[in-house]
Amino acid sequence: MRATRIKDPYEGTKEDQVNTIAMQMTAHGMKMECIIFRAKQDCDLDKGVMEENDFLLSLFSNKSSSKMVYVESATSLLGALRTRNISPVTTYRGDFELGPQMRIKVWVYKKTSEEKFPTLKKYSNKAPPTDKFATHEVKVDYEYKSVEDPKRVVPPEQRIKGYRYGPQVVPISSAELDAVKFKPEKSVKLLGFTSASNIMRQYYMKDVNLFIAEPGNTKAILAISALARAMKEMNKVAIVRCVWRQGQTNVVIGVLTPNLSENDKTPDSFYFNVLPFAEDVREFQFPSFSNLPPSKQPNEQQQEAADKLVQMLDLAPAGKEEALQPDLTPNPVLLRFYHSLEMKSKDPIATLPPLDATLKRITEPDAGLLNQNGVVFEEFRRCFEVKENPKLKKSSRRIIEEKPSGSDKEGEGTGAVAMDAIEYPSKVDTGKGDGYESKDIVDKQGDYSSKVTFKKEGDDESKFKVEKIGDDNPVQDFEAMLSRRDNPEWVEKAINNMKQKIISLVENSFQGDNYLKAWECLVALRKGCIMEQEPTQFNKFLYKLDKYCHEKQLDDFLEYLYQRDVTLISSAEAPESKVPECITRIWMGKKEPKVE
Amino acid sequence: MDWSDSEVDPDEIFGDGDEDPENGPYPERDATKEMVVYLVDASPRMFSATCSSEVGSLDTQDYVSTKHSKMTENQKDATHFEIAVHSIASALKTQIINRSYDEVAICFFNTREKKNLQDLNGVYVFTVPDREDLDRPTARLIKEFDCIEDSFSKNIGSAYGILSGTRDNSLYNALWAAQGLLRKGSIKTTDKRILLITNEDDPFGNIKGVTKMDMMRTTLQRAKDAQELGISIEILPLSRPDNEFNMSTFYADLLGLEGKDLADFKALVGERLEDMKNQLRKRMFRKRKVRRINFILGNGISIEVDSYALVRPTNPGAITWLDSVTNLPVKSERSFFCSDTGSLLQESPQLFQTYKNQNILFSVDEISEIKRTSVGHLRLLGFKPLSLLKDYHNLRPSTFVFPSDEEMIGSTSIFIALLRSMLRLKRFAVAFNGSSSNPHLVALVAQDEIVSASGQVEPAGMHMIYLPYSDDIRPIEELHTDKNPVAPRATDDQIKSASSFVKRVELKEFSVGQFSNPGLQRHYAVLQALALDEDEMPDVKDDTLPDEEGFARPKIVTALEEFKLSVYGENYNEENDTMDTGKTSEASRKRKLIADHASKEYANYNWSDLADSGQLKDLTVAELKYYLNVEKLPVTGKKEALVTRILTHMGK
Repeated sequence: MRATRIKDPYEGTKEDQVNTIAMQMTAHGMKMECIIFRAKQDCDLDKGVMEENDFLLSLFSNKSSSKMVYVESATSLLGALRTRNISPVTTYRGDFELGPQMRIKVWVYKKTSEEKFPTLKKYSNKAPPTDKFATHEVKVDYEYKSVEDPKRVVPPEQRIKGYRYGPQVVPISSAELDAVKFKPEKSVKLLGFTSASNIMRQYYMKDVNLFIAEPGNTKAILAISALARAMKEMNKVAIVRCVWRQGQTNVVIGVLTPNLSENDKTPDSFYFNVLPFAEDVREFQFPSFSNLPPSKQPNEQQQEAADKLVQMLDLAPAGKEEALQPDLTPNPVLLRFYHSLEMKSKDPIATLPPLDATLKRITEPDAGLLNQNGVVFEEFRRCFEVKENPKLKKSSRRIIEEKPSGSDKEGEGTGAVAMDAIEYPSKVDTGKGDGYESKDIVDKQGDYSSKVTFKKEGDDESKFKVEKIGDDNPVQDFEAMLSRRDNPEWVEKAINNMKQKIISLVENSFQGDNYLKAWECLVALRKGCIMEQEPTQFNKFLYKLDKYCHEKQLDDFLEYLYQRDVTLISSAEAPESKVPECITRIWMGKKEPKVE
Repeated sequence: MDWSDSEVDPDEIFGDGDEDPENGPYPERDATKEMVVYLVDASPRMFSATCSSEVGSLDTQDYVSTKHSKMTENQKDATHFEIAVHSIASALKTQIINRSYDEVAICFFNTREKKNLQDLNGVYVFTVPDREDLDRPTARLIKEFDCIEDSFSKNIGSAYGILSGTRDNSLYNALWAAQGLLRKGSIKTTDKRILLITNEDDPFGNIKGVTKMDMMRTTLQRAKDAQELGISIEILPLSRPDNEFNMSTFYADLLGLEGKDLADFKALVGERLEDMKNQLRKRMFRKRKVRRINFILGNGISIEVDSYALVRPTNPGAITWLDSVTNLPVKSERSFFCSDTGSLLQESPQLFQTYKNQNILFSVDEISEIKRTSVGHLRLLGFKPLSLLKDYHNLRPSTFVFPSDEEMIGSTSIFIALLRSMLRLKRFAVAFNGSSSNPHLVALVAQDEIVSASGQVEPAGMHMIYLPYSDDIRPIEELHTDKNPVAPRATDDQIKSASSFVKRVELKEFSVGQFSNPGLQRHYAVLQALALDEDEMPDVKDDTLPDEEGFARPKIVTALEEFKLSVYGENYNEENDTMDTGKTSEASRKRKLIADHASKEYANYNWSDLADSGQLKDLTVAELKYYLNVEKLPVTGKKEALVTRILTHMGK
């Protein structure tokens, strides 16, 4: 990465040599990217050498297609190294119509596009180990069956598309649909200009495109440049209507914002962001902050503490590299995946590597920055009080208005109580001070983990403490576990526990004596899965239960359930569910459904 | 077995090309089902009060986006009843598209006729055949409700329902009927609401004495009973021009509003029709939270915030595959085969990726472990000046974040303090959003409340913007540096002429989301027509086209001509001016070659004769492509498809 190996005496000055190399590179169409790593403390390095290096490298970037990027941290270095080079394709090439009389030739590219987590193939281990040419791939075969009569197979070409319109499903053949579709002409048209402040940042809908003038077309480059610079000066943006391809069945309304070039080699251009249509905007009303009661409003002192935090927790301090700059921040998940690939290629049974420390700088706050601002945080915490709502009972997770029981209404957060809470935790009066451990708080000061419970009401403890489903009151235990708020994992745990419970109840049933209890549990599980948005958990379990009962000759339990009308969770009840409402019951009619 | 018989298929109908399914259904979803009863006052008073649709005087600018205002210009004054009915009609249309599982009932009170389960006087529940009173909206309901005004006086009729001398209490009856409608469905899984639309703030004003007290008491009790059953009652009060709607006369008690809440409750002031409709629309849809997030600020401080999806692309919805013979749904069953041995597999537990000529195996758990980074939390990392949030720092629609004190008391005041600091210091927060499916670095941009005459335009809160990683950003600007050795810059004169053009073509009243999506509107209009077995396909207007009239105004024409002259010079021919006409890309040259060749060969065949005699199938694919190329038809597909395409094109 450094231009070292250039010899002094022979072929002219270093400068001349660099120029020669740069010319050769341009002639061969080579591009170079220089990533220059500058540690924060490199004062003892030879300034002279550094400056010379910089100068020589800048020659490259002026004379050939190379660019220079300076980075100051390992995280940025990782970000600057492009893992995959994509040769971009245009989304649109053609006219940008400013009006009937004038057009500018433009090319449109994607400027950002989410790099997805790779889709892994399914692995089949059926091939004998000796087979060297085995692909291990898995083929998928689809079969379509009538919902009414699951034994009847519908050939794929006999299917027709249906769209939901309310409760109706309207069948439309592709030809029919094609004939009535909206088919605008391929074009990019200017609708007009508006103030930049009129288009708020939150309305950008998708990944971003770049409008550039047709490469090599000087007049077009000039026109774009003039327009972009005029708009920048006047703080305007352009609203455009785009149809990228002929045959596209929708239009896109978007905003062009000027992107003025900072160097002589790249022309001015526009960023293009898609804006929402009327159908895409949901106008909800929210309470005004200014109308909230004073207890919810920050006072002057609190506001000052917040100001300080916003100012001091600075990711872009003057004179230093901007931390977490998107252009220099790699995707930690992808990098972790690549790292795992490398490890597993060396050792197939290797365990997953933890998230690298360099990547933790992206997912977690910088410890240095936090330490540096310890005082600011202390002050902030002293000013504000956060505490768990003691009135929140398990059932109120779905808000059914509870009447406030007057007496235990907490005093409106005064700073003094909060201060006590931090510094003299044992003195905090929660009514039943025992539920409180001072050690806990001390530990937490150094630990930025998620659990922050300043207070806990003693009598709530018992409810929170349910850790598994017992025999006496399984439904109640299950609900208590679901409502535990201290860790999201309780939901999963509760569901799994309940499943085991149901199986064991059915299994240990003598002449059906446990069926009522098992059914109650199943109903509770169903309800819980709807509330927790885990419909698949329940639906899969119901299949499993079905299969299990068939295997164990417990069909009478199935009959019991059938009479009580236990159904799959439909997509109407929980949007996550893939089961349409109309077919939630048919599972019972079958002998042996396959379980995935 | 796989239940995914309904597939989201955005590419087919909405062929935008780059719409990939993973991007389509966002992981965030709305929570529960909703049941709404619209209780519409139909008393003569609702028909007598009007509000003018006069639009504030049009701007004298040369070119103003008038599309929005044009619509209103054509409308006459509307009665409150009409406003209510229009608003419900448009809410129904939105609902059938976006939330068709929600159920709705439309119930008029103060009516001449009665129609309801309890057979109560003065209450008329409107519905259409094949639909229960409270049910999902259907095409027929929408169609018939659209023209209810025409038949209203004949079939339903308007009448004062509470008169002295009778014991009738239409408001009580209405609430009772609504409660009866909302009996079905568990309160755990559904939100039940009554939305009362009226312009009468004193429903018992006509009567006096004990009767009045008695009626008020029973009505309030009825409302309280409903609320105790988990039904929420909301009111959309319409103000008459001469008389502002006074909540405290009666309705504050009915809703249980007190003090401060009451003061905040503003009646919909009916000065301008559009404003009134806007306000109605906003209040009709219940806010739906996506999820509650734990927002960790650091050093052991965390607050609770709720996230809302305020903008999300609406697409034509899922496809349900049907058997074309019976028109009944089909379900797909998926089975897996080993491609080496052909044996049937159970769901394979392992996944693999080829890397360095090796198959690297992962379990499903391992993959989700790799993706797991601080799940369920939003972690504050720091703040930056707003100028560092660039226009290309965007990947998907933003998510709105609003504080909640429900679980953590004190969250709101911390949130407000941070919001105000961020606004004042012009900074945004950078945070890491650890969702399980797609953890991402986000920017939190503070938004101050914006209020206009027509109510809240933007709520105060923070918008979560998904930032791209370096892997997601493409250095397009540098792509063509070889072709542009030095990039020309516009001169000051050129910029000046551009400025005067920009100034002329000003969209004064542009607001985000003012256009409806013509593709989607067409799609739903077609669905509605098909659902109702109508023969004629509806025509949907495309609002998104430039205003031709506006562009033809002399001042704009001159400004554009001047700009054109200053950058293009005289006698400029846009079509032929590329400096590198010789260097057209390989692909396009090839395409041209094929086209030339095809047109030469095309003449050697008598296509019509070949088609008539059925000899097309005897030609080779290459020969068939001559025709397709010349006629600019797609050349892909099997031979059979090509022949069909040619025949269709010839109209045979």
